[in-house]
Amino acid sequence: MAETAVLRRLTWLAASVAGAVEETPHVRTLELDVPGWMGHRAGQHLDVRLTAEDGYQSERSYSIGSAPGDGVAITIERLEDGEVSPWLVDEARNGDQFEVRGPIGGYFVWDGDEPEPVLLVAGGSGIVPLMAMARHRAQIGSDTPMRLIYSSRTWEDVIYRDELETLGLDVVYTLTRAQPPGWTGYSRRIDMELLRETAWPASESPRVYVCGSTRFVDAAADGLLELGYEAIWVRTERFGATGS
Amino acid sequence: MEIAELKLDGNSLGGVMLELFGSDMTAAGSVCGNCGAHGEMARLDVYRGAGIVVRCCNCEAVMIRIVQGRGRTWLDLSGVATLELS
Repeated sequence: MAETAVLRRLTWLAASVAGAVEETPHVRTLELDVPGWMGHRAGQHLDVRLTAEDGYQSERSYSIGSAPGDGVAITIERLEDGEVSPWLVDEARNGDQFEVRGPIGGYFVWDGDEPEPVLLVAGGSGIVPLMAMARHRAQIGSDTPMRLIYSSRTWEDVIYRDELETLGLDVVYTLTRAQPPGWTGYSRRIDMELLRETAWPASESPRVYVCGSTRFVDAAADGLLELGYEAIWVRTERFGATGS
Repeated sequence: MEIAELKLDGNSLGGVMLELFGSDMTAAGSVCGNCGAHGEMARLDVYRGAGIVVRCCNCEAVMIRIVQGRGRTWLDLSGVATLELS
């Protein structure tokens, strides 16, 4: 029946853990093996569903950090009071299975086929979907200018720190809680002054992707609008107060 | 925690809307039935509790309510003037 075919296309898929990378003390990447996965675009997310032995189910959304050409990897920040993230970060082992639904999203995506310069603005684990864009740009050999403004609490909390140096994009760091000795980067929350000094000028009509907590996204988007950016250039994704 | 900090956006509806509509809705256009503001669904304000409440990001009027349970979905679109799917 047609109805069945539609539901099958969108249904939950079995995923198994194929690898793990400890990114920071609180953040881990899980590489997933998902038979039937249709491929994703840079910036998309997926939903994870865990089912307990008693049948209790819990769902959360996680951004895909891998480039479209590289399989499915999600990067998860452990939330201390979370139902799903502590298991994904601390417990999941190779071969463990859970369900995923996706890929999801057609708004917060960058396919690499537009000439305008790209500005990525990340707060904490908001880097994850933006990393998929940066990796995609490197993978397809795009010469579209791309700049990342990345706000973290401390240097140890910077996710993908080593790889970010290798992707050929400008990276501007700000560390809001503590800075290592000799730190020459920014050391405050993102505001309009910081954006004025680091973002592409509005005259270049940049494409902007902002991802972080609701408070972070509001501050960054408001600052960019004050600098003369058009609202339609600025795409945002919020993960609420505490995490993705 | 302030209510404003609990706010999500329409990106977070992608999965449930994909199941209901069969295509991506985060990039779909929506027109608010109250103020007429137009924009992608990803830009709308979303609050999650026992159900999901979607509010206009311009006038904060309730546009959509979604309740799921017992294998069913209740979808209230009474605050939406138009949805534009591609």
